[in-house]
Amino acid sequence: MIKTNKRRKVTVYIVAIFLSLLFIFPFLWMVSTSFKTQDQIFDAPMELLPNPFVTDAYNELFTETDFSRYFLNTVFVTGMTLLGVLTSSSIVAFGFSYFKFPAKDLIFKVLLATMMLPAQVTMIPQYMLFDKLGWVGSFKPLIIPTFFGGTWVIFLLRQFFDTVPREYAEAAKIDGANELMIFFKVYLPLAKAPVATSALFVFLWTWTDFLNPLIYLHDDHMYTLSIALHRIASGTHYPNWPVLMGGSLLMALPIIILFFTSQKTFINGATISGIKG
Amino acid sequence: MNEYTLNVRKKTFKRESVLGFIFISPWIAGFLIFTLFPVLYSLYLSFTMTGEGGNLKWIGFDNYLRAFGERDFWLSVKNTLILSGIGIPIAQIMALMAAILLNIRMKYQGLFRTIFFLPSVVPAVATGLLWKWILNPRLGPINGFLEELGIAGPGWLMDPAWVKPSLILMSFWGIGGTMVIYLAGLQNIPDELYEAAELDGANSWHRLKSITLPMLRPVTLFNTIMGIITSFQSFTQVIIMLDMDGGIEKSGLVYGLYIYTNAFRDFKMGYASALSWVLLIITAISIAITMKFFKDRDN
Repeated sequence: MIKTNKRRKVTVYIVAIFLSLLFIFPFLWMVSTSFKTQDQIFDAPMELLPNPFVTDAYNELFTETDFSRYFLNTVFVTGMTLLGVLTSSSIVAFGFSYFKFPAKDLIFKVLLATMMLPAQVTMIPQYMLFDKLGWVGSFKPLIIPTFFGGTWVIFLLRQFFDTVPREYAEAAKIDGANELMIFFKVYLPLAKAPVATSALFVFLWTWTDFLNPLIYLHDDHMYTLSIALHRIASGTHYPNWPVLMGGSLLMALPIIILFFTSQKTFINGATISGIKG
Repeated sequence: MNEYTLNVRKKTFKRESVLGFIFISPWIAGFLIFTLFPVLYSLYLSFTMTGEGGNLKWIGFDNYLRAFGERDFWLSVKNTLILSGIGIPIAQIMALMAAILLNIRMKYQGLFRTIFFLPSVVPAVATGLLWKWILNPRLGPINGFLEELGIAGPGWLMDPAWVKPSLILMSFWGIGGTMVIYLAGLQNIPDELYEAAELDGANSWHRLKSITLPMLRPVTLFNTIMGIITSFQSFTQVIIMLDMDGGIEKSGLVYGLYIYTNAFRDFKMGYASALSWVLLIITAISIAITMKFFKDRDN
């Protein structure tokens, strides 16, 4: 498509490699800082490699702070959110796709419109509602709403369900299947790829969420990783950078691993959430 | 059609409607409880203040009028508009250039794309802490590097004049998400257009100007709108890198932070609700202006 002579090709590579180094460098700095001593940070801040190479930061994270607890809290909230969003959204998406009912298009448009609403508008009344219910300070405000469906996931799955040929359902009907069975036995098994994409992004959003845990979690033993790291960082006037970088790395690691195992899904999802969202 | 089939049809239609509503009922319930009610209640709250004993007192437009007289309100609006007005266009141009670069056929293309995209999935808290550390004036690598070159680096987050450039600089690290959307857009441009242009003797600058950019206009519009929505609500990285007040001289006090502190530190729920409606209106106006700008250039 684009003719490239040799000189131009070399330039392209040089630019790409140079920019790659700029993008990678912060990761390297994070990893290397986490294995340094506090002394090295102050005495030789420019050395990239840890010297000596120590795991003090990680020891400190797991002994001086409740890091494993924070990690498990995050796993719990993320797991429950995945369960809630995926079950409810797939049922709702099937409802929108399979059945005809009055005002369906209008209702779906309302659903799409809610995606544009700034979280700040609903955040305060939601807080007052959960406060009335006595849920503030528990995991409930983070988890229970997810069982009512996630807009983006409903949208994504409905798009997919719309492409499933009607004949499949008709065939199942002749075999005596009702609508619930059609959903479980015909539609859901076909939707592995879009469900995986949804799961990946719900995981990403929940694992990294900061605002909701900040508003609702007040006890140290309930913190998720994002809140815990924020508290560790703002707790002292002189931040312990190896500890903060170690913690940040451990928080980012599940996502990075997931990214390398399902890179295609990640990039497709980012494109869908972009172009169609 | 006889009466019998008509009745059967009516019956199946009714059954289908009921089933449809049953299947979507989780979302309907969630929408009523967690969206519609909060939206209406937030609007009501914005006209009230919490009086003695925690009772809400109707005060008309006072919250809105008070905001317009508040120094921090204007400061947060100004800061947000500066960060968005400068940060979004530059980020768009960089993301587009990165996409064009990585759309050129070459070896290790996949690897380069991975490297460019990866930072955009790093948790905001981790990104914020990492960049706070990288931008550390005394011990951070950027100023260390500048020092090697004989340049005295700026104070970054410690210097009110450099807080905004620091935040914008950090945001460039996450352009990968926007880049992949541009990449998808580039792949949708038919090759024939470029081939025809080449036959006409158009050089690469002309091809960019008369094919790539016009064909990408819908994608650019979309990315810009998403950028506006995200940037106007930005909060996490600012609170991590600076503090609740937006850092030194409040130079990083963004609007999202201003709403948060009023609501959840000072518990001025009525005032904060009014602020959130102002955010909604400012966002809608900005999106409308952006769309008009793109439309005008179409003609």
